[in-house]
Amino acid sequence: MHPAFSILFFTTLAGAAQGLVFTLALAALFGLEMAPGFLTLALGVAEVLLVAGLAASFMHLGRKTRAWRAVLMWRTSWMSREVIVLPAFIALVALWWLSLRFGVGAPWSWLLPVLVLLGAVALWYCTAMIYACLRFIEEWAHPLTIVNFTLIGLSSGLVLACAMAAVAGEARFVQVFGPCALVATLAAWAARGQALRRNAGIRHKSTLQSATGIRTEKLVQKSMGMSAGSFNTREFFHGASLAALKNIKLGFLLLAFALPALLLAWGLASAAVLPWLLAVLVQAPGLLAERWFFFAQAKHPQNLYYQVVS
Amino acid sequence: MMQWLKDLMASAPVLPPPPLAGVGWGVGGGAETASRGAMKAAPSPQPSPASGRGSQSRRAEPGETLAKQLALVIDLNVCVGCHACVTSCKQWNTSGSAGPLADERPYAANPTGTFFNRVQTYEAGAFPATETVHLPKSCLHCEDPPCVPVCPTGASYKRKEDGIVLVDYDKCIGCKYCAWACPYGARELDEERQVMTKCTLCVDRIYDELLPKEDRKPACVKACPTGARLFGDVKDPDSEVSKAIRERGGYQLMPEWETSPANQYLPRRITQSTDAQGQ
Repeated sequence: MHPAFSILFFTTLAGAAQGLVFTLALAALFGLEMAPGFLTLALGVAEVLLVAGLAASFMHLGRKTRAWRAVLMWRTSWMSREVIVLPAFIALVALWWLSLRFGVGAPWSWLLPVLVLLGAVALWYCTAMIYACLRFIEEWAHPLTIVNFTLIGLSSGLVLACAMAAVAGEARFVQVFGPCALVATLAAWAARGQALRRNAGIRHKSTLQSATGIRTEKLVQKSMGMSAGSFNTREFFHGASLAALKNIKLGFLLLAFALPALLLAWGLASAAVLPWLLAVLVQAPGLLAERWFFFAQAKHPQNLYYQVVS
Repeated sequence: MMQWLKDLMASAPVLPPPPLAGVGWGVGGGAETASRGAMKAAPSPQPSPASGRGSQSRRAEPGETLAKQLALVIDLNVCVGCHACVTSCKQWNTSGSAGPLADERPYAANPTGTFFNRVQTYEAGAFPATETVHLPKSCLHCEDPPCVPVCPTGASYKRKEDGIVLVDYDKCIGCKYCAWACPYGARELDEERQVMTKCTLCVDRIYDELLPKEDRKPACVKACPTGARLFGDVKDPDSEVSKAIRERGGYQLMPEWETSPANQYLPRRITQSTDAQGQ
């Protein structure tokens, strides 16, 4: 598949924001001591990331003014469900932020964090199911897709939350959630690695023989029916070389998981601010590379029909 | 003006739309009685792509078995790969309710554009015993189309009355998700209009009673000089297409995904040359 930058930015930005809000909700529910200013500031950052993600998702649409129509088919379409859950989640986060600003007490002080927790999980599930429900894109059609979207979102959100806490001098927050960030990053690494191993071993169900019904052992395409490409060649091929693909895989494993994990361990051991900030800076491009690779690695069966120009 | 409100109401399962006899604006199940009457009364059903509201045709529910399924059956034994079906398809559909179809840089070195039909060429077997097989490919109008349920807006739908899978261009947001969900690569986004397009089986032609009866066929079928393209109802056991599938071993593309493509292909078979028979 051709990785569209609108979707790369949307899924990584929203994923990190969900992880951040998830962390803050847990902190609030467990009654962790935080300066009131820190919680509202961090929620503000999450809201900005979410709105930026929403804007990026709009860039994916050919007809942006009709975007509202995408809520209609929630009974059958995971994309429709995501389009409903995303603004609902943004609204919930905004409500929680408002309730904190105006000092609203119980039951809102615990109900809103619980609702945001559920919203974050629901959004991860909907986003991942958009890909996991396409049965013939075999790299995606697996529960690991859902696990990875969730764990990578959690990891990036926890890292971001801890970095902000470290800068704001919230030592207790870093003490509690720092180890969680490390565990989530290692878990995300393990699950993504598992998905990579699974995808490397896929024997695709569709072959040129099943795609054309021509049952000879040797079968080659001589012409795809056009000379200069079409939507089918632009949308479903990433166009990168095998070497580039390999480098990006190595790059995201290093930047999104390995280096952040090392930096988090350093941060936990030294109680310094710098490693947390570095972890955020290193992980951000790694997350984009990971999502790029997620799309590029998916082999759409339609590509069987578009092998040769002549 | 209030179309968006009507669409919203029609999509809500708990709110049955008010019974507006004979108006039939909805796309949901509630407007069925109204549009059923309209279907019978109208001499030539307007294609939904043109109307923008899909008001005349009813939607098939996912997994529903339809009584009628229009489709193409393509005879690979006689297709010579001349692309006449490709150009006639483009000509008809760019000028009709599905168009205009994008044509970018048509006279430059790298022309590209929207086509509903492509003819591809394959070489089968090992030299010297090779065969050239031309494979025309368009939307297969699957009986269980995976592109329909994924559409977030309902722009992509399958018609209940004849099984044709269509896109309502006025509702499409151009998110391309349906194209991802089609294993055949049958859908092409129109780069100029930024809506998804695909073969309509010439829905604006096959029911047009202003045309002579023999012309009420898809443009590709009419254009094929070798008669490689048959058109008809594959659910009718006595139709030309059903007979051809039965007698000539018609097959579906990518059966492994269980989409039940309605279009089928008649396999290449080696025929004795008349010359050889004479000797």
